Amino acid sequence: MSEEQIKNLEIQFEARIARDEKIEPKDWMPEKYRKTHIRQMSQHAHSEIVGMLPESNWITRAPSLRRKVALLAKVQDEAGHGLYLYAATETLGISREELYDQLHTGKAKYSSIFNYPTITWADMGAIGWLVDGAAIINQVPLCNTSYGPYARAMVRVCKEESFHQRQGYEIMIKLANGTLEQKDLAQDALNRWWWPSLMMLGPTDAESVHTEQSMKWKLKRKSNDDLRQQFIDQTVPQAELIGLTIPDPDLKWNDERGSYDYGEINWDEFWQVVKGHGPCNKERMRARVGAWEEGEWVRDAAMAYAEKKQERKQKQVV
Amino acid sequence: MSKKNWPLWEIFVRSKNGLEHRHFGSLHAADAEMALENARDVYTRRNEGVSIWVTESKHITASNPENNGELFEPAQDKVYRHPTFYDLPDEVKHM
Repeated sequence: MSEEQIKNLEIQFEARIARDEKIEPKDWMPEKYRKTHIRQMSQHAHSEIVGMLPESNWITRAPSLRRKVALLAKVQDEAGHGLYLYAATETLGISREELYDQLHTGKAKYSSIFNYPTITWADMGAIGWLVDGAAIINQVPLCNTSYGPYARAMVRVCKEESFHQRQGYEIMIKLANGTLEQKDLAQDALNRWWWPSLMMLGPTDAESVHTEQSMKWKLKRKSNDDLRQQFIDQTVPQAELIGLTIPDPDLKWNDERGSYDYGEINWDEFWQVVKGHGPCNKERMRARVGAWEEGEWVRDAAMAYAEKKQERKQKQVV
Repeated sequence: MSKKNWPLWEIFVRSKNGLEHRHFGSLHAADAEMALENARDVYTRRNEGVSIWVTESKHITASNPENNGELFEPAQDKVYRHPTFYDLPDEVKHM
C-alpha cells in the first residue's frame, strides 16, 4: 500500500470513530491503534490477574463464612475479568503466550496499586471500597470505547464490579461501627490506601503522555485529573458517613467549584512503584511467574490427554 | 513455555430457552470438554446461561470486511423488499 493510500484509510478510519462506529477485529486499522490497544488492554488484563494476589492473601483468614464466600467470588471475578480482557486483546493478533511473556519479563505493566501489601483484614474493605471504586470510575467510560471487543468486555466487567465495591464498603462500615480497635483498623487501612488510590487514576494531565490520542479513539473519555476529582467528590461523603477521616489535611470543600480541593500527591512515590521499587513488586511477580511455571506440567498433561482421546476417537472411526 | 499451547475456542451461550445462542467471547482449553467447563466458569457465573456451545476458533470462516461492498451493498437499493415501498389506500388499516 502506498503512503497516500494509507493516509486515506486513516482519514476514513478516524471519521468512523468520530461517527461513533465501532471497530471490529478484522477491520483495517492503523498500526498505532492496534499497538496502543494491545498495550492498554493487556495492561488492564494483567492488572486483573495480579490484582487477585493481594486479596487471595486473606481468603483463608476471612472472619466469617459470609465474608469468605464474598471474597472468593470477588477474586474469581477478577480471574474472569482478566480472561475476558486477554481474549479481547488476542483479537488484535497477539497470542496469549506473548501477553504472559510480556508480563512475566516486566515488559508490560500492571496497575501499581497491587504492589502494596495487605497487612490487615481491613485492607480487604479498603481495597473493595477505594481501589474498586477508582477502577469503576476508570472503567465505566470504556464501555463506549471504539474497539468493539474491548467495549463488550468492559460492559460485562462493569456489571460485575459494583458488588466488589459494595462488599468492601460493607466491611468498612462494620469495622467503623465496631470496637475501638476495629475502628482503628479501618482508619489505618484508609490512611494507607487513600493516596495510592488517587494515584491509580494516573499521572496529572500535564504529565500524561497518551491523553490526546486516547481521547480521539475513545480509549479515554475524561482526563485523569477529572476522574480523580470525581472519585474524591464521591468518596469523601462515604468516609464521613461512617466516621472515618480522609488522611489529607488540605482536603476542603470548595463552594465555588462545587468540589473538594485536595492536597499534593506524592508523585515520586508513584513513579518509584511503577519502576518496580514498591513494597511488593518482586513478591507479586514471583507469585505470578511461579504459578505459571508450576502449572506447566498440568497444561502439558491436559494437552497430551486431549490428543490421546482424539487419536482414540479417530481409530474407532476407522 | 509449554511446547503445545491450548487452542482458542469460541463460546456461545443461550441465556434462556426461547432465545438463540449468542457469541459471548473466547477462551483457551485443551479440548472441547474442558472448553465447556471453562466457559461455565468464565461466562456464566451469574446465571447468564442455560446452554453452551463451544467450537474451536480455527473452524470459523468469517467474511472479510474488505468485501463488505460486494456482499452487503446490493441489498441497499432494494427498497421493494420492504412493506413501506407499497402504496395502499388509507382505508386499509392493517396489512
